[in-house]
Amino acid sequence: MTAALRFDPIRLPEKCEQLRKEVRAFLAEEAARGTFDASKPNREDTDVPEFCRRVGERGWIGMTWPKKYGGQERSFLERYVVTEEMRVANAPTRRFFVADRQSGPVLLKYAPEHIKMDILPRICKGEVCFAIGMSEPNSGSDLFAAKTRATKTDGGYLINGTKIWTSSAHIADYMIAIFRTSPPTKENRRHGLTQFLVKMKEPGIKVNPIGQITGQYEFNEVVFTDHFIPDDHVLGEVDGAWKQATSELAYERSGPERFLETYYVLTELVRAVGPNPDTRSAEGIGRLVAQLHTMRRMSVSVAGMLQAGKEPVVEASIVKDIGTVWEQQLPHRVRDLAAFVDETATNRETLQRQLDFAIKTAPKLTIQGGTTEVLRGIIARGLGLR
Amino acid sequence: MAESDNIVVETAEKIFADLADPQTINNDKKGAWQAPLWQALSEAGLPLSWVADDLGGSGASLADGFALLNAAGRFAVAVPLAETMLAGWLLAQGKIASPQGEMTVLPANPRDRITRDADGALSGSCRGVPFAKAAKHFAVLAHGNDGVSIALVDAGKARIEAGLNVGYDHSDSVTLDKVQPVTIKPAPDGVSQATLMLMGGVARSLQIAGALESMLDISVRYSNERVAFEKKISKFQAVQHNLARLAGESAAALAAATSAADAIANAKSFDDEIYLEAASAKIRCAEAAEKGGGIAHQVHGAIGFTMEHILHRYSLRALAWRDDFGSESYWAVELGKLVASRGADELWPLVASR
Repeated sequence: MTAALRFDPIRLPEKCEQLRKEVRAFLAEEAARGTFDASKPNREDTDVPEFCRRVGERGWIGMTWPKKYGGQERSFLERYVVTEEMRVANAPTRRFFVADRQSGPVLLKYAPEHIKMDILPRICKGEVCFAIGMSEPNSGSDLFAAKTRATKTDGGYLINGTKIWTSSAHIADYMIAIFRTSPPTKENRRHGLTQFLVKMKEPGIKVNPIGQITGQYEFNEVVFTDHFIPDDHVLGEVDGAWKQATSELAYERSGPERFLETYYVLTELVRAVGPNPDTRSAEGIGRLVAQLHTMRRMSVSVAGMLQAGKEPVVEASIVKDIGTVWEQQLPHRVRDLAAFVDETATNRETLQRQLDFAIKTAPKLTIQGGTTEVLRGIIARGLGLR
Repeated sequence: MAESDNIVVETAEKIFADLADPQTINNDKKGAWQAPLWQALSEAGLPLSWVADDLGGSGASLADGFALLNAAGRFAVAVPLAETMLAGWLLAQGKIASPQGEMTVLPANPRDRITRDADGALSGSCRGVPFAKAAKHFAVLAHGNDGVSIALVDAGKARIEAGLNVGYDHSDSVTLDKVQPVTIKPAPDGVSQATLMLMGGVARSLQIAGALESMLDISVRYSNERVAFEKKISKFQAVQHNLARLAGESAAALAAATSAADAIANAKSFDDEIYLEAASAKIRCAEAAEKGGGIAHQVHGAIGFTMEHILHRYSLRALAWRDDFGSESYWAVELGKLVASRGADELWPLVASR
C-alpha cells in the first residue's frame, strides 16, 4: 500500500538546463524592459497581454501538446523548468497559465476536433485566457452540490445559475465549467454533472469582481442568465464529468506553483541577513531551504510520473498539501527571522513590503485548487481508509 | 513494504523477515536475536557492501548500499549494519582493507575531533558513538598537522563508556589516548570530517525514512482494526487526516533521503549541491521523525506507548537517529551559512541545480 507513495529521485535531463538558461535570459530581458518587477509581487499591472504573446512566441505555452495544435511535443520536465523559473521570477503569467496547466489538457482530451484546431493554437500563441468554473455559492469544494443548470434546448443548452471564486473570469475569453444536466441519483451522488466549454464574451454572462483581502481583484462571481451553449461545446460525457474533473487534478496539484507562491520573501530574507548570519538566522534559513528543496524534489518526481503517463493523484495531493502549508507558513517564519535583521539593510523596506503582502496572501494558499481537508480525504482514500 | 528490485535489498529483506521480526525481537529481552541476525548478514557480505573485493568486501554500489540501509530502517534493525558499512566505506577511501566483524566510525558527531600526533598516535574523545561497545574495530577520521588521515583502530585499545540512546541502542563515549592505529593512511582530496558526517547523515536519513514507512503501515493497519465509539477509528475524519499527514511526512522523508542518496551515488565530489542534498535530507527526515512519530503514537492510543507493542521500535529509533552525525539543528545552521555566503541571488540556482 505504501509502495504507491514512492517519489523516485528524478533528475532533470541536460536539455532542461539549456532551456532554463533561455528562460532566465528571457525573463531578465523582460524585467529590463519594465514588463514586471520581481521584487513587487503585489504589482497592479498583473495582466500583461504582450508579455503572454512573447512567451507564446518562444513556444513555452502548451509545450507538451501535439505540434498540429500549436504545441511543441516537449516533455513535462521541460515544461516544469519553464513554470518554476517564471514563478520564482514573479513573472505575470496569470493570463495564460490556467489554459496551459489545465484547460488545454481538458480540451485535448475531450473537445471535438474543430474546436481543438480553433482554440489550442491560439492558447499556444498566448492569445487566449481561460477561467475554471467549479465552485458555486454555498458549494465551494463540494462539487456534488453544484446547482447551476444546463437545460437541453434546440441545438444546445441554456445555462442558469452562478459560479463563484472564479479566478481571471474578468479577463477570460473562455471558461471550462461544470453544470448540472440531471439530478444526482440515489446510488450515485456524482451523477448528473457535465463539463462545458463556455465563451465568456457572449450574451447571458455577467462577471462581478470580488475584492480580496490582499487588495487585489483576482476572482469573481459569474452569473449566467439563459446563456446558450451549442451542443459541440459539451466536453466529454453528458452527466459524467465527475471522473473527468478528478483525473485532471494531478496537473493542478503537484506543480512548482504549489509551493513557490510566497518564495520571494525567502530570497529577500537571505539578502537582508547578508553573508555572515548569526546562528538564529542561519538555522532558520537552513531549515526553510531544506524544506523547500525536499518539496521541489517531490514535485519534480511527480512531473516525472506524469511524463511516464501515470496519474499520480495521491502523490500530487501530498505535494500540494505539504507545499501549500509550507508556502503559507513561510512569510510568518521569515517575519520571525527578520525581527533581528539590521534596520539599515539596504533591502529592509522591500522585505517589509513583501512580507505585508505575503502575509495577506497566505490564508488563501491552502484553499485554492482544493482545500487541505479535501486533499487529506483523497490521501486517506489512497491509504485504504475510506 | 515497497517492492525491491535489486538483489542486495532482496537478500537483506529475506534475512530481516526471517531473523528480525519486530515482535520476536520485542519479546526477546536478552537480545539473543542479534547473533544469528549478524551472522546471516555477514555471511551474505552485507556489512562490507561498500568495500571492494580487493579490500575484503563484497563490492556493491553506493546506490545498492543506500537501498539496503532504507530496508534496514523499515525493519528498525538494531545491529551495527549501517555503522560497519560506513566504517568500511571510510577505510576504503584510504585504501585500507576492512577486517571482519562489527565496526563503527569515529567521530559520529561533527563537533568531536580526533587528532594525530607526529608519531601517528591518535587522541581525542567522541560522544554518541553508535555501537562502539559492540565494535571490534573503529574506522577513524583524524586531523594532523599535515592534513586528514583515515585509520583502522583496534577497539580494545580505546576507553569506552557505555551509554544508551533514546531508542535503547548503544550510543557510547569513546576516548583514544595516544592509541597507535593498526593502519593509517592519508585521506584523499575531498574526504573530510564534513564528508563523513554527510555520508552518515544520509545513512541515518534513509533509516528514518524506512522507519516512518513502517510506522505508516502499522498505523493504517491498526486504525482499520481498532473500534471506538462503535466505529473503526479509520472511519473518523480526524484520524484519517492525521494519517494523511503521516503519509506526507513519510513521503517527504523518503523523497529527501533517496534524492540525497542518488545524488551521492552519482556525484564526482562533495560539492555545494551534494551538501544541499545531504544536509536537507538529515534536516527534513529529523523533522519528519518528530511529526510522523507523534502521529503514529496518537493513532495507536495508549497501546502504542507500551513496551510490548512494536511501535516504539520504530518511533524511538527514528527519534534517536536524529542525533547521529549532526542533528537537524546543526545541519540547518551549516546549510544556512552556506546559503548566506553564496548570496540571495544564488539561492534559487542552487535549489534548481538538478
